[in-house]
Amino acid sequence: MTTESVPAVATRSEPAVAARRPTPASLLSWLMLLPCIVVFALFIVWPLGKSVSLSLHGSDLFGRPDAFVGLQHYRDMLGSAEFRHILWVTFAFVLLTVIPGVLGALVVVLLLEQHIRGIRIFRTAFALPFAFSVASASVIFATIYNPAIGLANGLLGRIGIDRIGWLTDPDWALISVAITTVWMSIGYNVLVLSAGIGAIPTEINEAATLDGAGGWRISRYITFPLLGPQLFFLVVISTIQSLQGFGQIKILTPEGGPEQSTKTLVYSIYHTAFANNASDFGAASAQAIVLLVILLACTAIQFGVLERRVHYK
Amino acid sequence: MRQPLTAGRIVTYAVLILSALAVIFPVYYVIAGSIMSPGQISSYPPDLFPHGIFTGNYEGASSSGTPIGRQYLNSVLQTSIITLSQLITSVLAAYAFVFMKMWGRTVLFGLFLATLMVPWESIVLPNYLTITGWELGGERLTASYAGTMIALVLPFLANAFGVFLLRQSFLQFPTELRDAATIDGCGHWRFLRRILIPLNKPALAAVGLYVFLAAWNQFFWPLLIGDSADKRTLQIGISQLNDAEAADPGLILAGVTLSILPTLAIVVFGQRFIVRGLTAGAIR
Repeated sequence: MTTESVPAVATRSEPAVAARRPTPASLLSWLMLLPCIVVFALFIVWPLGKSVSLSLHGSDLFGRPDAFVGLQHYRDMLGSAEFRHILWVTFAFVLLTVIPGVLGALVVVLLLEQHIRGIRIFRTAFALPFAFSVASASVIFATIYNPAIGLANGLLGRIGIDRIGWLTDPDWALISVAITTVWMSIGYNVLVLSAGIGAIPTEINEAATLDGAGGWRISRYITFPLLGPQLFFLVVISTIQSLQGFGQIKILTPEGGPEQSTKTLVYSIYHTAFANNASDFGAASAQAIVLLVILLACTAIQFGVLERRVHYK
Repeated sequence: MRQPLTAGRIVTYAVLILSALAVIFPVYYVIAGSIMSPGQISSYPPDLFPHGIFTGNYEGASSSGTPIGRQYLNSVLQTSIITLSQLITSVLAAYAFVFMKMWGRTVLFGLFLATLMVPWESIVLPNYLTITGWELGGERLTASYAGTMIALVLPFLANAFGVFLLRQSFLQFPTELRDAATIDGCGHWRFLRRILIPLNKPALAAVGLYVFLAAWNQFFWPLLIGDSADKRTLQIGISQLNDAEAADPGLILAGVTLSILPTLAIVVFGQRFIVRGLTAGAIR
């Protein structure tokens, strides 16, 4: 071991250009990378290829691939009104979760910046949803939304508003699932924006204060514009997470909602592959590839825009 | 800085307090509801404050058809294995990327990062077919309790996020210290164990807590893998309490309260570490 470490040190003190010169790979370094390489190859890279292959095959009763059907699943999908409905629900779910989630957090963070007292208590309060898994948060909201004895209708009843079928009315089901999702994400969004504010040099605020700017003018003309990168990051990350949302949809609306009103793309992948002995892994895989393409596009946008701002060193 | 209480500041406080209450409310409700008697929790209009402490829901949650205790243990085991394994595999990989010379390491690191872009939902079906198709000692892998646990953790034993975060941390390690250790005859393992790991504890804690929360939170994969009540994780268990016919809300809330205890402790006491793990990438 000791003998191997000498060349390693030499490379670190050499100029960067020299370090790139190829040399025989050290066995130890590959051994150290091996566990990661094995897991990634076996459970990410190979399944990726397998997913594409599954999407081009039919499925037997157990979901295993049988006949090659080419692009048939993709053609069926694009031609079906149901798939367009699924995409629309997915898109609506993203809008209903990302916009309130990011705007709500922005308001909270700008308010927290107004030199208020007890800021730590507020921060902890907004961080509490972190403690809840998707399953536990969804189960609580399911209890709150309960049409007969739930708190949501109980509180509305006290101010004279009629009961709402939160999870049983097709107009409300997606909104109810979105409210749960926003609640789960608010802590993270507040955290990221707070960290962004922390990174703004204090001299800027001090200079503005000397020039006579009050709290709200500073928020509006300094803090908010300088939070641009964090806001953009949050919009992309929340969109990606929202597109991947599954637990809350499955738990709150086990059948994909009344009239399929909460049947998003990920729920549909699950449903096509596993529900009611459908076991159509081929069609489900075609949907999984569509999901992959949409999410890669989101990631590409994020890197395209943020590239100049993110430094890895 | 102390400021006079103007109308603007009163509005600021009012909005903050109301939004904080809205965020805390479900947290309060789950705990308060878990100690309400069945009569009180099903009363309409609903009661917000428990009348005394009723422990029957907790007794019910542990003795009902759902083996909550066993599922709790399953979750603790699954989460611990994943966390420990990711810490080890990430430390090793990050070490190789930062401190060892090897051909093609930049390209390989790029490939590692690329794995983060693949959504789990896009590859879950082939992984399901692979793992349920495997056999262990002549029987289907998931047929036994141990086999199910292996199936639960196997795809998550390594993750590029931990490698990325620890590499960032290791890159900031002073080269002089590394050189000095080497001159003193300190080999890779000794340097790693005695110097690098102790000096990077905050980064390791950040990765550990992040991985713990993510693993504890898992839903999709455990839903597919555990095929009988005693092999399921807690998350699937509590979601099924909810599905049960004539579900008892007090019992459900007691189950949820039990399920959030470990993560609640992490959020309240480990905040500064999770901030680092969760916001990596969000801040330049």
